[in-house]
Amino acid sequence: MRQLDTALGLGAVRGPLGRIVKVALYALAVFVFAGPLLALLVSAFGRVTDPTRLTLIPHDLTLDNFRTAFDQGVLRYLANSLIVVGGGLLLQIAVSVTAAYALARKQFPGVRLVLLLILSTMMLPEEILAIPLSLVLADVPVIHVNLVGTLAGMIVPVGAWAFAILVMTEFMRDVPIELEEAARIDGAGDVRIFWSVILPVCRPALGVLGIFGFTMIWDQYILPLLVAQDSAQFTLALALRSLRADEQVGTGVLIASALLALLPSVVVFLALQRQFMRGLTSGAIKG
Amino acid sequence: VTTTLVAAAAAGERAAAPVRRRPFRNASAWLWLAPALILLTVFKFVPMARAISMSFKDVRPYLGDRWVGLGNYRAVLGDPAFRAAAGHTVVLAVGETIGSIVVGLALALLLEGTARHLWIVRTAVFLPTVTTMAVVAALWRILYYPAPDGALNTVLGWVGLGPGQYLDSPHTSLWSVLAVGVWRGAPYDMMIFLAGLAGVDRSLYEAAAADGAGPLRRLWHVAFPAMRPVFGIVVTLAAIRGLRVFTEIYLLTNGGPNGSTEVVMTLVYKLGLERDELGIASAGSMLLLVATIVLTLLAQLLRRRREAR
Repeated sequence: MRQLDTALGLGAVRGPLGRIVKVALYALAVFVFAGPLLALLVSAFGRVTDPTRLTLIPHDLTLDNFRTAFDQGVLRYLANSLIVVGGGLLLQIAVSVTAAYALARKQFPGVRLVLLLILSTMMLPEEILAIPLSLVLADVPVIHVNLVGTLAGMIVPVGAWAFAILVMTEFMRDVPIELEEAARIDGAGDVRIFWSVILPVCRPALGVLGIFGFTMIWDQYILPLLVAQDSAQFTLALALRSLRADEQVGTGVLIASALLALLPSVVVFLALQRQFMRGLTSGAIKG
Repeated sequence: VTTTLVAAAAAGERAAAPVRRRPFRNASAWLWLAPALILLTVFKFVPMARAISMSFKDVRPYLGDRWVGLGNYRAVLGDPAFRAAAGHTVVLAVGETIGSIVVGLALALLLEGTARHLWIVRTAVFLPTVTTMAVVAALWRILYYPAPDGALNTVLGWVGLGPGQYLDSPHTSLWSVLAVGVWRGAPYDMMIFLAGLAGVDRSLYEAAAADGAGPLRRLWHVAFPAMRPVFGIVVTLAAIRGLRVFTEIYLLTNGGPNGSTEVVMTLVYKLGLERDELGIASAGSMLLLVATIVLTLLAQLLRRRREAR
């Protein structure tokens, strides 16, 4: 019975009136949720002069907003964002795979305690740690380095992310032990096994790590806020606030910059939607 | 990405199962773990320890800290501004949770199905959730522009609703912030509900239909009971997300106008980084942390109970 494929059985609604109502509801949903973002896209290429105008209908297309935005140093902010996300992601993946290798493939006393510690960091929201974190960033314990005012200050703290470590551990645990044993009989050491046996098998997991790591770092706001001292270290996200406050800069520039900050996450989402959704819902549903 | 919390927690739980006993050269394990453990220690555990210790001290740079026991906690709890902020935080957390669930459920029921056009609509509706908060805030500041020809006022004008002040009026600011939270949260809940709906046994629908149940009774007696655990998880997650709210407030209103949208974290941020009241700010964070941990444990408990079934 095809019409009972869904809870409400809306697929079975036929007739002109039913269809019109259905399409109207779809249109409303798209208008409310995607409309504002579409307006952002269209308006970025329009001549926006005052802060009240957002348009959904393209007319009088221009690149002026972007030109002015680049004059305002937005390219610099974009570059900062990309450096932070690139550096952070590389570090995060390196840290996650090495930690996961130990957690998944090695037996040592304290392994459960380490897992518990890593898991516990997920209960510490970064918002709540913001103030002590700013003190730590200004004077890193033991080595006494000041990371405030450096892009490194936005990169290093995102290096260890419990979610990434745990996902990777889970994946490496499933790599057959025979692969590792065969290599060991051939005289391979830990590093060789890790690099040429385990990592190649884990390529799909690296993809998932990449998507979530990218989104996590691109969405960072508090950390850059704590670290940046002046506009030279601004990421795009930080810059949006100061562009807004600046009376000299028109709304058009703000909209164009917002679009630049929006595009990477949307592109990643659209391109890798399937993996994204699976990662998002699998834990919540299957537990 | 708070949203990935459940997934990771689940992964962690499975990872905690006993490791295969393979007596290889294991001394190097700590070497492999070192980068992760060092980074977590420096950027999570040390700040945590300092927050706890500062919350019991009067923090005086260069003069040395002074132990004040529960003084900071008393100061925070006795501060009307903090109590107001806690109230706003709870209103936002509860409002955004309920709003996102109601809207998300409606969207899920409307957009459930395998047809391609439904998939396209779902993708479009989901976009707010992947949009960076900084962009969401910038966008909604423009949409909420309080002049009669502001974007939202124009749209509301089409259906005969009068211009509002939104973020600029203390009477509507909290609700306006809440609406943005629902706008961003509902699509996420929709996806969770869709996954839950996909797990409902189709033959139950048919059996209910054979018994003469209409769509609404099918929903109430078949789909909802099957999704009860999903509701539990969505509620707890949304509540945790709501309690620690900072960025959206900081960017949309920064607590204004007139303190009408001040939440715990924006207040703590101002106390700590703008007024240098580090001890009192830490006490405020600790109270919020305790609330968050209680909710997180509750979420774990709910999942356990569901798994036990």
